Amino acid sequence: MGFYFAQLLTGLANASSLFLIASGLSIIFGVTRIVNFAHGSFYMVGAYIAYTLVSLWSGSIFGFWVSVLLAAMVVGMIGLVIELTILRRIYHAPELFQLVATFGVVLIFQDATLAIWGAEDLLGPRAPGLNSAVRIMGEPIPEYDLALIAIGPVVLLAIWLLFHKTRWGVLVRAATQDREMVGALGVNQAWLFSAAFVLGSFLAGLGGALQIPREAVSLQMDLSIIGEAFVVVVIGGMGSVSGAFVAAVLISVLNAFAILIFPQISIVLPFVIMAIVLIFRPHGLFGKPGSEKGAPEEPDQPLALMDQKSAMVLMAALLVLAISPVFTADFTTVLMVDVMVATLFAVSLHFMMGVGGMVSFGHAAYFGVGAYGAAMAVKFLGFGMIPAMIFGPVCAVLAALFFGWFCVRLSGVYLAMLTLAAAQILWGVTFQWQEFTGGDDGILGVWPAKWASADKVYFYIAFVFCIGGIWALRRAAFSPFGYILRGIRDSQTRAEAIGIDTRFHQWMGFVLAGGFAGLAGVVFAFSKGSVFPDTLGIALSIDGLIMVLLGGIHALAGPILGAGAFVLIEDWVTRLDYWRFIFGAIILIVVLLAPDGIAGGIQRLLRGLKGGRA
Amino acid sequence: MLDVTNLGAWYGRAQILNGVSLSVGENEVVALMGRNGAGKSTTMKSIMGLVRHIDGTIRYAENEIRGNTPHAICRLGMGYVPEDRRIFGDLTIEENLEVGRREARPDAPEWTQKHLFELFPNLAERRKNLGKQLSGGEQQMLTIARTLMGNPKLVLLDEPSEGIAPVIVEQMARVIAELKREGLSVLISEQNLHFARIVSDRAYIIEKGEMRFEGSFADLDGNPEISNTYLAV
Repeated sequence: MGFYFAQLLTGLANASSLFLIASGLSIIFGVTRIVNFAHGSFYMVGAYIAYTLVSLWSGSIFGFWVSVLLAAMVVGMIGLVIELTILRRIYHAPELFQLVATFGVVLIFQDATLAIWGAEDLLGPRAPGLNSAVRIMGEPIPEYDLALIAIGPVVLLAIWLLFHKTRWGVLVRAATQDREMVGALGVNQAWLFSAAFVLGSFLAGLGGALQIPREAVSLQMDLSIIGEAFVVVVIGGMGSVSGAFVAAVLISVLNAFAILIFPQISIVLPFVIMAIVLIFRPHGLFGKPGSEKGAPEEPDQPLALMDQKSAMVLMAALLVLAISPVFTADFTTVLMVDVMVATLFAVSLHFMMGVGGMVSFGHAAYFGVGAYGAAMAVKFLGFGMIPAMIFGPVCAVLAALFFGWFCVRLSGVYLAMLTLAAAQILWGVTFQWQEFTGGDDGILGVWPAKWASADKVYFYIAFVFCIGGIWALRRAAFSPFGYILRGIRDSQTRAEAIGIDTRFHQWMGFVLAGGFAGLAGVVFAFSKGSVFPDTLGIALSIDGLIMVLLGGIHALAGPILGAGAFVLIEDWVTRLDYWRFIFGAIILIVVLLAPDGIAGGIQRLLRGLKGGRA
Repeated sequence: MLDVTNLGAWYGRAQILNGVSLSVGENEVVALMGRNGAGKSTTMKSIMGLVRHIDGTIRYAENEIRGNTPHAICRLGMGYVPEDRRIFGDLTIEENLEVGRREARPDAPEWTQKHLFELFPNLAERRKNLGKQLSGGEQQMLTIARTLMGNPKLVLLDEPSEGIAPVIVEQMARVIAELKREGLSVLISEQNLHFARIVSDRAYIIEKGEMRFEGSFADLDGNPEISNTYLAV
């Protein structure tokens, strides 16, 4: 009995820090409608700064708590700088932009932290005055855990008072419901947003700073917490602070008991809970209808069929690509396969988002399932290359059928979060099911058949599959099915009113996009000869989003340009020191200077040239 | 005090307004009439800075305000009451009013919560209720009261009589008369000729984003074909 009670207390202590970071995320989303990926970075930086400050004071109780608060305040100021320099310019941009921009911030923070504090994990001191354990029902409970359990509700109460007893809080709550109206009533939204962002960053920094007596400070803190924090926000309801508290407690306590039964479950459990909650309550426990909507967007422009000139340019480019192995070195041929794989992946993601109107944060899941499907078919079923290449996409289609059925029941940010959850569940299973998937070691020896083993031959196989896939998706975008999907994207209610089964069509769009992502994964697996769990990871999903964004979401050619640019930039940048910093900076520059991406930039350039001549 | 010249407005590539001009004088109540979709609300929103792609000039109290943000326009003394009310449903009546509260202006009457609760007695009784618990008529009263908390000099009143009970419409007419007595100017958009005639001094008629008529209600009565063409349903 005492043991279980101790486990409950551990869960509650975990809940407190999770609540701190999630409440900040929820406040920022509620007011600014920005899905802030950099929130995990604030948490990490809070921990690092607190580590440095606490080390300076060495052992004084007063010094410890002052350091923690000071660290949180510094993070709040960092948040202010980021809000003023970056986010303020993109509040009107589509949510994808905002997400990718904040991911650029994540990359910059990773390298900045590495440069300042180094790569070693740092073990913080115990909290002075709270460094021993008390016995409760015979079990030792760290005093610091008890302090954390108290801090969560205290912060919740403080936020509640702030939101209900101050004018600023009333304005924040009003803005969470209707920002535009608050502006029309004379409130300067810009400063309201800044203040909300500072508060959110402060809370994330506080959450990180409070962790230092409990875990080593490391460079992995940012992305390891952000997934869970998103889950808490979504379960609680976007923008709801008390919802975040309930959800944090729910997840942490369930987790504390679940690991007793099945230790591996902790990676996937939060995502499973989120999936279950969203199926029954599509807006989270305390969320409201409408809270899933991101920034208001301009209506989408119709996709234009390619004119003759662009079609000729495209054909010429294809031709050059087709004969490139003849005159280029082998490593260029291999790089071109990477470009084609990335392009098919990006085009399939663009089909889902640009045509289907469903933002996915977890598209890599289907890429990875395709890759693993093929690899396992080779390894366990003894399939040859071509049968395995067909088997992989079939697996991806099955996975997309399963997860897509749940996802299309939601919309907006909630849909995106459920795709993320699906990807994390698949990733977790792959990572932990050592005997079947090889776990972290992956599956090796997935080589092409003997006749296709030369780089130049495999290039043509990849060419047929990838270019064929891209062509098929393009055809689908301009088929009646594609028109229906775009109709649903622009107005679900109107599409429903003319008798379209919107969910079914979105489901099929989801499956189609997933299947072609799987095809890209298959081509990838055979070109590398191996698959690893990161083919399903968040990082690859975000790479896909960056490609779509780099190219421009409003043009069908966008993902092609974006994927090409992405692979070439990545190939060049990753050879440098601090490449994350450079890459993050490139992302931010694109987002801030060319918000319509490469394709939009070219269009604007052409229009400018024409205008100049007229 | 408000002069709109040649206003054009676009949503995406669709042009909604085309060369709309109108003016509102000191302490004048002006009706902007037209059918559903004629461009009344878009005109209101454009003046308030809520439509991003507009051209033309909008002069207000000696300032060119086109391109200003809504909050800056509000702070010049312009109040906006949206047609769909846009009450903050999770805030109490008092909190809704608090969001609208601004410093008093030397050139406009000052409204306090107490004064507004006298003008709208229904709201006073339910001051601790949440916005979403109110009836449609009460929400309409609250949205006007909320805007008045900003002590505006000119109020843009978008379709105040739409979708509320006849008894509330009467109350609305009294409120508008009270605003005029207090010295405010009002631009009111309206489909109902009868209501517009009771509350306003003169009228504009807009159709398909273009201005079709400007003049007094006597002029309008003299040319029944105008109201038959542009207003009759």
